[in-house]
Amino acid sequence: MGHPENKKQTLYDKLWQDHLVKSRDDGTALIYIDRHLIHEVTSPQAFEGLRLAGRKPWRTDSVVATPDHNVPSDAAERAGGIEGIQDEVSRIQVKTLDENCKDFGIVEFGINDPGQGIVHVIGPETGVTLPGMTVVCGDSHTSTHGALGALAHGIGTSEVEHVMATQCLIQKKMKNMLVRVDGELGPGVTAKDVVLAIIGKIGTAGGTGYAIEFGGSAIRSMSMEGRMTICNMAIEGGARAGMVAVDQITLDYVKGKPYAPKGEQWDRAVENWSRLHSDDGAHFDAIVELKAEEIEPQVSWGTSPEMVVPVNAVVPNPADESDATKKAGIERALEYMGLSAGQKITDINLDRVFIGSCTNSRIEDLRAAAEVAKGHKKADSVKQVLVVPGSQSVKAQAEKEGLDKVFIEAGFEWREPSCSMCLAMNADKLGAGEHCASTSNRNFEGRQGYGGRTHLVSPSMAAAAAIAGHFVDVREFGGVK
Amino acid sequence: MKAFTQVTGVVAPMDRANVDTDLIIPKQFLKSIKRTGFGPNLFDELRYLDEGQPGQDCSQRPLNPDFPLNFPRYKGASILLARKNFGCGSSREHAPWALDDYGFRAVIAPSFADIFFNNCFKNGLLPIVVDEDTVEQLFQEMYADEGYQLTIDLEKQQIIKPDGETIAFEVDEFRKHCLLNGLDDIGLTLEDADDIRAYEAKRREQAPWLFDAVK
Repeated sequence: MGHPENKKQTLYDKLWQDHLVKSRDDGTALIYIDRHLIHEVTSPQAFEGLRLAGRKPWRTDSVVATPDHNVPSDAAERAGGIEGIQDEVSRIQVKTLDENCKDFGIVEFGINDPGQGIVHVIGPETGVTLPGMTVVCGDSHTSTHGALGALAHGIGTSEVEHVMATQCLIQKKMKNMLVRVDGELGPGVTAKDVVLAIIGKIGTAGGTGYAIEFGGSAIRSMSMEGRMTICNMAIEGGARAGMVAVDQITLDYVKGKPYAPKGEQWDRAVENWSRLHSDDGAHFDAIVELKAEEIEPQVSWGTSPEMVVPVNAVVPNPADESDATKKAGIERALEYMGLSAGQKITDINLDRVFIGSCTNSRIEDLRAAAEVAKGHKKADSVKQVLVVPGSQSVKAQAEKEGLDKVFIEAGFEWREPSCSMCLAMNADKLGAGEHCASTSNRNFEGRQGYGGRTHLVSPSMAAAAAIAGHFVDVREFGGVK
Repeated sequence: MKAFTQVTGVVAPMDRANVDTDLIIPKQFLKSIKRTGFGPNLFDELRYLDEGQPGQDCSQRPLNPDFPLNFPRYKGASILLARKNFGCGSSREHAPWALDDYGFRAVIAPSFADIFFNNCFKNGLLPIVVDEDTVEQLFQEMYADEGYQLTIDLEKQQIIKPDGETIAFEVDEFRKHCLLNGLDDIGLTLEDADDIRAYEAKRREQAPWLFDAVK
């Protein structure tokens, strides 16, 4: 893509070029995959496919596995390991991953291993995923790893099998989109609010067919964990891959991670990674710009991540929408969510609160939530507040800092690392009609439980809502940095 | 993979934009370790009035009388007519597996989400992109004519309407080739094994840390 005469490359162009094994006459290309993450939900059929065809993995040392979707977050249930999982179907799936990894010689961070966690949390935190890599996983939120300056995206199970058998993916090059956020974010406005605002602007199909690079001074000054939150939700904007250029913040983050290169290898890697940014004047097929100062804390009101408004706004009125399909979508969402047009967002009462998921379960997210929760109690009307750290390592760090105690004193529940209520595959779910302030990534119908009503927010907004019992502007709440 | 050459069948509607893969197949059914058997749970939350459980006998569940796939006129449908951004959200391949298991062979929409679109081709399910006005017209014709059928000819890249009128559609050459012949693309990629090894050897020189084993 891009102008043929334009030799200046985007970050995506460079990552693509670096991994191009072969261009074929039919316009497709073979792209080499450096790191393949697998979990229990989307891998069993791929292993079965390999067995049926009598194929072996091309490079087992490129594959890293961990169970996350189905594993219990309840400490007592979790203590029993795989055999302790009460839901039989979940237990079989986690056990199947275990067996497949043993059979094929794949490294697995098992259910209660200190390395276990949500795949997209453990990859960057261990250095299993690194700048300049191609990273795939049978999970759409693989875009998270793009924050490292990697080309990372979700794949289906057939592609999981394909990558295991061939170390490659058959791809067509995507188009380049730059989302530039310039300026300084206000207090209480987080990476989550930025990405929700971006999705609100471009829509859930806005990035379809594109690889998105997030840039601009607001992204440049953001921590790695914030960048991960942004890249994580590139897929909610329709883009399979999101990425951020490598800079000093990236290098400082990666250095010393258990699986990051060391010594002379580190120096070579840094030299190699220093070119992982878009060249000045590189061509983007689309550019979207946001001003950081204009972004406010966001709350989703509907059943698609693009149905999002600032916390001080009201629920939209379908009558104001001229496009018939969109109008019908708003009407359906209002009915499902049990909301009415013009209702203030701050008047929405919450039944449950979920702080976790591959979007917002890292240590900085937990610190932000604890900062708000400190010295408060959850509202009596809120039935449950779940805090689910993204990995064993995040959990240990949070406990070292005493964050678990802050949460427990506030009446929140401190749980074991898992995907938990983001998609309700384990026992954590919403009841029908319940409203939930959730730091996860999808507010689709039934996503967090049959008939459940999800509102996507940042960790500090979720904590504030848990205490107030309804949405509040965290900037007026206190405890915000 | 099942080959796709020509399909003629009843057209059923999924008349809303941004249908996500959670809606196509809800999470509780993803616990299966098999590729088949998802058909009875396709659009589970819209299709039934109760909450579905994995392994349940769906024939005893209360059907939602307002959901089109439950209307007698759409019984046996093999072509799904849909709106913008069909298949957005989760990468779960269980979505095309469920559509295929139900009996759908093709989905026609103005646009698809990337991962879903890609997953369809791996399962002999053809996603067809046609412009929004044409989709709207097909919806109108389908609603007006009970038993409305279309023929899809992949070789000619045409949708053939009951009156013989044709609508052309685009499809990638490689994907078309695989679908027409029911080819396994892993086998095709392995024909390039020497190229992959050559790339690997070069890359190992340039960036050896990428080949360090995780222990």
